[in-house]
Amino acid sequence: MNYKRIKEKIYKWIFTVLAFSSLFFLVGIMIVLFKEGTPIFKDVGFFKFLFGSKWYPTYEPPDFGILPLILGSIWVTAGAIIVCVPLGVGSALYLNELAGFRQRQFLKPIIELLASIPSVVYGFFGMVIVTPFLQKTFNLPTGLTALNASLILGLMATPTVCSIAEDALSYVPRSFREASFAVGANRWQTLTRVVIPAAGSGISTAIILGMSRAIGETMTVLMVAGGAGVIPKTFLDPVRPMTSAIAAEMGEAPMGGDHYHALFAIALILFLITFVFNIIAEIISRRFRIKLGLSG
Amino acid sequence: MDSNIKMRADKVNFFYGSTQALKSVNINIFKNQVTALIGPSGCGKSTFIRLFNRMNELVVNTRLTGKIYIDSQDINLLCIDAVDIRRRVGMVFQKPNPFPKSIFDNIAYGLRVNGIKDKNFIEERVIQTLKKAALWDEVKCRLKESALGLSGGQQQRLCIARCLAVETEVILFDEPCASLDPISTGKIEELILELKKDYTIVIVTHNMQQAARVSDFTGFFLLGELIEFGKTSDIFTAPKDKRTEAYITGRFG
Ligand SMILES: Nc1ncnc2c1ncn2[C@@H]1O[C@H](COP(=O)(O)OP(=O)(O)OP(=O)(O)O)[C@@H](O)[C@H]1O
Ligand SMILES: [Mg+2]
Repeated sequence: MNYKRIKEKIYKWIFTVLAFSSLFFLVGIMIVLFKEGTPIFKDVGFFKFLFGSKWYPTYEPPDFGILPLILGSIWVTAGAIIVCVPLGVGSALYLNELAGFRQRQFLKPIIELLASIPSVVYGFFGMVIVTPFLQKTFNLPTGLTALNASLILGLMATPTVCSIAEDALSYVPRSFREASFAVGANRWQTLTRVVIPAAGSGISTAIILGMSRAIGETMTVLMVAGGAGVIPKTFLDPVRPMTSAIAAEMGEAPMGGDHYHALFAIALILFLITFVFNIIAEIISRRFRIKLGLSG
Repeated sequence: MDSNIKMRADKVNFFYGSTQALKSVNINIFKNQVTALIGPSGCGKSTFIRLFNRMNELVVNTRLTGKIYIDSQDINLLCIDAVDIRRRVGMVFQKPNPFPKSIFDNIAYGLRVNGIKDKNFIEERVIQTLKKAALWDEVKCRLKESALGLSGGQQQRLCIARCLAVETEVILFDEPCASLDPISTGKIEELILELKKDYTIVIVTHNMQQAARVSDFTGFFLLGELIEFGKTSDIFTAPKDKRTEAYITGRFG
């Protein structure tokens, strides 16, 4: 009897520890980022670091202004949103509202499969197919541009957006649709005036998580964004988003040096951005569930 | 056809996949009368009334044989749009289902989707139908608030008001009082009797007293079949079929 009680207690402890370990890792990562990232703010100055327009970390003397990197990230993310919102939300609407049972059975796994392709494969696809295409179409010196990265990132974020948006649509109770049809609304009116508004915050959540996916993606942008650490003027300029700067330069930056701390600081900023995105997404989706009378 | 007949079902069979939910149902629904449909749970009452506003089309993998007529017109002909039918045949559902919109917008919705843009007209109609549905006094100061904040009984009256706003010819009530207390139920019953003047009404109910109180005709369903149909007074005092008698006296169901 006693033995059993002890065993139960041990199990409880093991699972508690496992459950809390992610919290532990989160806090650990934050501590490391803060510890290794903040020294650069002291050396360069917080605002000069954030809004400096030159990123020449290996020059003598070096320039540690990450504005070009931030803008690089913003451009490719914005571009990715333009691609993945219509694609993702559109396919979610199609799957949920128009597709027959068979089409749905067939299409849903395919869209989900898109999510499981390794990012290096996407990058490869971008390099080999999209790059020459862009180069020819726009007559560019290089096809490795913000546009290229946007297209690929948009494609990569589509399954995320689609599957979360589809969940949101399927949470809209059938009774809302029936009520709408019953007063003589047609399919389109029901969709635009009842279903989409009811699923609206769920769809926003999907978009924010898609953004968070795009801004944090590394391998693809490293391969197709072009890598130029200058402020982009058009979508056809090569860019160096924050993630690719970290990935490309971490190996060469002498440990403990300014460059090293600067890269950590970039990681810290990136972390904070995605953290905020995810919190916003969580708040919105919680409100959404309450609005539809699902549990909070 | 008798001009007093508003709607008619002719040898109707209905299938969900391979299970048959209705078996050769024939019925006449008379104009400006209340027809009650009774029967044990799962016998096909909801399935049946949803045929009159073509609501079952929204359920996948279903099949209908036989004919449904409204004003002696077959409503399932290819050239007839379900939307037009639903503008003539309104429905109040078993569970109150207001939209997650304001009280005002809930009622205005039916008008707006039917192409009415005149703001004054909409406002007038909203007020008028709320009064008709005996809800006005309770909500007149909170028309802009979410309808989901209303009580169950208020929500159901709101759904009735939403249905009334469209000014259909028929209203189908699917157990409208199932989730309501006796006071709200009483209000809705009064309303149904009042609406008889302008509408043809079909009401599904599990409550025998309610059927007796509000209806002129009663149909008794069992396992997808219409066992007996007739004047409510006859059905309740002298049912012809033993099973009808057993059901209304509470011996099964
Ligand atoms: N969407 C559906 N898919 C498959 N079968 C269904 C569906 N809706 C109803 N049925 C079946 O059809 C039969 C009739 O159901 P229906 O809802 O019409 O009964 P009801 O008389 O309204 O019952 P209740 O009094 O409980 O509301 C039942 O056997 C039910 O299981
Ligand atoms: Mg029912």
